[in-house]
Amino acid sequence: MNNEHRPYTLIAELTYRCPLRCPYCSNPWDLAEHGNEIDTDTWLRVFHEAEELGVVQLNLTGGEPLLRDDLELLIEGAGKLDLYTNLITSGIPLTFERLSRLHTLGLDSVQVSIQSTRSSVSDRIAGAPSFNRKLDAMQWVTALGIPLTMNVVLHRENISEIEEIIALAERVSADRLELANTQYLGWALKNRAALLPTREQIERARTVAAEAKMRLRGKMEVLFITPDYYSEYPKSCMEGWGRRFIVVNPEGLALPCHLAHTISGLRFEHVTQRRLADIWHHSAGFNRFRGDDWLPDPCRTCERRAIDFGGCRCQTFHVMGDADMTDPACSLAPGHHHIESARTQAGRTTGIPVLFEYRTGRGCSSR
Amino acid sequence: MTLTTVRPRLSPKVRLRFDRRTGRHLLLYPERGLELNNTATAIARLCTGEWTIDEMLNHLARAYDDVSPNEIRREVCEFLDVLADRGLLQAMS
Ligand code: SF4
Ligand code: SF4
Repeated sequence: MNNEHRPYTLIAELTYRCPLRCPYCSNPWDLAEHGNEIDTDTWLRVFHEAEELGVVQLNLTGGEPLLRDDLELLIEGAGKLDLYTNLITSGIPLTFERLSRLHTLGLDSVQVSIQSTRSSVSDRIAGAPSFNRKLDAMQWVTALGIPLTMNVVLHRENISEIEEIIALAERVSADRLELANTQYLGWALKNRAALLPTREQIERARTVAAEAKMRLRGKMEVLFITPDYYSEYPKSCMEGWGRRFIVVNPEGLALPCHLAHTISGLRFEHVTQRRLADIWHHSAGFNRFRGDDWLPDPCRTCERRAIDFGGCRCQTFHVMGDADMTDPACSLAPGHHHIESARTQAGRTTGIPVLFEYRTGRGCSSR
Repeated sequence: MTLTTVRPRLSPKVRLRFDRRTGRHLLLYPERGLELNNTATAIARLCTGEWTIDEMLNHLARAYDDVSPNEIRREVCEFLDVLADRGLLQAMS
């Protein structure tokens, strides 16, 4: 059977609601317009159809998935399908009792994101007092014997804390530490001038992370995700368009990546209207950037096209205004000067405090 | 710890799952997975904490008598390394 286009992971965005409002949040800007979340039965059907398509990993995310009061039912349903279920959460609002119940029902792993190791900074970035509750949440996860991933989105204001971040991950006995540099999409693109670190900051963090990786081998996995603004070539976005991942958003729209529908001119479909397998194989949106045929120059003849598939379509669209071009993060791309000038600006503004623009929207700013 | 006394055990976060689409096994762990070939599946199944690596090798040599012991040793070492690298093994001595 052809496994070239087989989804292994379903990313179920259960809600856009979130008690926090991080300035780098990748949720769509027009959040306030998103009202209708699909219901429990629809989600359970989607899990079932996804499993039939080949999905074995389920990421429950959001917004904040803990705000869904049917999370228990969803995790139980996923467990019956033998999916490996990961909860991706800010850790709020959670109690030990609820976590323990979710674990019993089949939750396999938990990823908690923190914004900084300093509670005042963390709370300011998250836009709400939250740091101590996150610490509690992480301790409950490991106390229950659930594998814990600690995730930190790195940007100019917290990247110098890298040693403290690693120490905290060790202290809470995280099983994995994800040091993810901000992806400049959605809100982060708007806030790019405040968030983009300098090259020196990145290099230093990379070195520290590499040392920790060696030292902690076998105990804790340390992942440093380089920002593509400072690499020569773009990352393989989602391991290729419509190749390994399906995202279903809170309203039931099935997507190759969580921002794909922000690219204008693409057509995506709702799981309420069509079977997931049909959408995956036959929808125009999923087929739009599959394979080699759509590739522009210089990707068309570049050897790396099998590795990075020409980069991220959303980034290309939002920076270049045209999703059919080479990702501007690539040093070979005609639009690379856009990225270079953002880097130059980052070098110039070091040390000047810049205000974050907070995300707003129902359920986010009101909590 | 030496090779002969270590008894590798899969970390509790790991789940082996049969894959209907390929007829092979997948080894799943948080947010990731590995696609296993038949030998790797056999090795993973022996990582219960009961067997030393030497015992594992003997067992596999009997099960795969068409493969040379050296080849088996190499595959076992490589695969255990892959697992250890990802923090998927606990060594019981
Ligand atoms: S505001 Fe922060 S915690 Fe909430 S969804 Fe966005 S990134 Fe995640
Ligand atoms: S030219 Fe295209 S395929 Fe080659 S590295 Fe750049 S983005 Fe990737």
